[in-house]
Amino acid sequence: MATLSTAPPIDPAWRSRVTWAVVAIMVLIPTGWLAEFNPATLWGQQSLRATGQFLATFFPPRVDLPFLDLVAGATWKTVAIATVGTTLAVMIAAPLALLATRVLSVSALAGGRMCTACAAARLAIRTILILLRSIPEIVWALLFVRAVGLGDTAGVIAIALTYGGMLGKVYIEILESGETQATRALLANGASRTQAFLYGTLPVCLPELMSYTIYRWECAIRASVVMGFVGAGGLGQQMELSMKMLAGGEVLTMLLVFVGLVFVADAVSGYLRRWLA
Amino acid sequence: MLSPVPAPLPPSSIDEVTVTYADGRRALAEVTLALGPGEQVAIIGPSGAGKTTLLATLACALRPSAGRVDLFGQDPWSLPDIALHALRGSLFLAPQVPPLAPRQRVVNAVLAGRLPQWTAWEALRSLVRPRELGAVRDALAKFRLEDKLFMRCDRLSGGERQRVGLARLLLSRARLFLLDEPVSALDPALAGTALEVLQQAARDRAATLVVSLHAVDLALARFPRLIGLRGGKVLFDLPRDQVDDAQLAALYGSELGESFQAPPTEDDARRKLTRCL
Repeated sequence: MATLSTAPPIDPAWRSRVTWAVVAIMVLIPTGWLAEFNPATLWGQQSLRATGQFLATFFPPRVDLPFLDLVAGATWKTVAIATVGTTLAVMIAAPLALLATRVLSVSALAGGRMCTACAAARLAIRTILILLRSIPEIVWALLFVRAVGLGDTAGVIAIALTYGGMLGKVYIEILESGETQATRALLANGASRTQAFLYGTLPVCLPELMSYTIYRWECAIRASVVMGFVGAGGLGQQMELSMKMLAGGEVLTMLLVFVGLVFVADAVSGYLRRWLA
Repeated sequence: MLSPVPAPLPPSSIDEVTVTYADGRRALAEVTLALGPGEQVAIIGPSGAGKTTLLATLACALRPSAGRVDLFGQDPWSLPDIALHALRGSLFLAPQVPPLAPRQRVVNAVLAGRLPQWTAWEALRSLVRPRELGAVRDALAKFRLEDKLFMRCDRLSGGERQRVGLARLLLSRARLFLLDEPVSALDPALAGTALEVLQQAARDRAATLVVSLHAVDLALARFPRLIGLRGGKVLFDLPRDQVDDAQLAALYGSELGESFQAPPTEDDARRKLTRCL
């Protein structure tokens, strides 16, 4: 028909886009109700006054030398907990990811299916990773504070376990989303899994792996602060004391140190990415 | 090469091999051919004739849907997985697009040809301090790339990348070389030299060389035996002096007329489009 040929074409993606947008909104609004999220409570008389009073004590931040010395020690401890925890997490995640990734499967090489035992092993590893990361680090920390007592060790182990699970999952996804042509060619020419990883996968995926690990290190710094509140050492423990004493100036100083730490983590990540790009 | 020529291995062959892809496309139909030790063969034919599939089948990178493969007297698909992978170490498949990881340095990309002979530990050590640098430089020099030794692969031109992929072959100890359009990105003069280097390397190792080429003149000039492939079938398999113009015309003739496929129906197109952004 003449009318059909002159009408502008209709984007076939348009209808599904509208549908999905409507579905997303319809799912999000009830979750807001379930969470009892009501922005109005923030602006109630009572909350405004309480917040205002607490915030008023924040100024000026406390910057005398003995306190700064204390904060520096706690900061150093926090960074150490995060760094050791993240390092251990990488040591958990990297071997598991290498074993579980489909990219390095020799049995699936010739367009065939993966062998049953290999598929089962992969499933087992994915389950371990889910178990590790489904328990929040703060719960691990509470557990290990009971087991090994108050202090840094509990925080380190908590970060190592939860972050090992998170890193492992994302490592697998990064390895599988990268360009696999180089890896598969090496496998097809008789290289072993480890060799194909070193010479084919790693040069493709290294920047992604690095930047995600550094981002997790940044998260671990924040997490180790939170865990300090339950007695796992570092800046968080200090902050909890200051909050209990309503010493807002001290809290502000420590918050500023936080911002500084995240800035540093961001700069390190950016530098490494540029270096590897 | 100063090292003595290794003893030739038993011949290889494929018998009535059919390859059907998952989407139902038949890429090879009952192809039978034999490859003597040290033989040098060119495969020619129009695009989509099945040249790449044939090479992948010979490389054990693709399991045929029907028919028998015999490599050096062994049926690879009846071997246990470990023995099959060891066998892949004596095959070298070079895909048309060189399988180079973008951030890898040329030296490591070339050394990857040695991986089947190395342990995982040796492979790792070589990433820290490259082994056999002399051999890598000599291999690159044969393709006039010696100045690119420590460059990154993604800084090279298309032709240079292709030659790096071929230099990897010179480091390989494989006994059956399967090269898919190895000189497609090279100018005619360089293509001739590169083929000469590859053919000499195969002679030095008493290795069999199978090369797919789209340049018929190059195939006629350099290879004693030509296989014409069309529509997944062997049209002719002859010594070069018996290949005449009529056969070449039949191989490439009326290409559009017969290989023209019906365009996808509107439904197919719509289904694909809706998934895209």
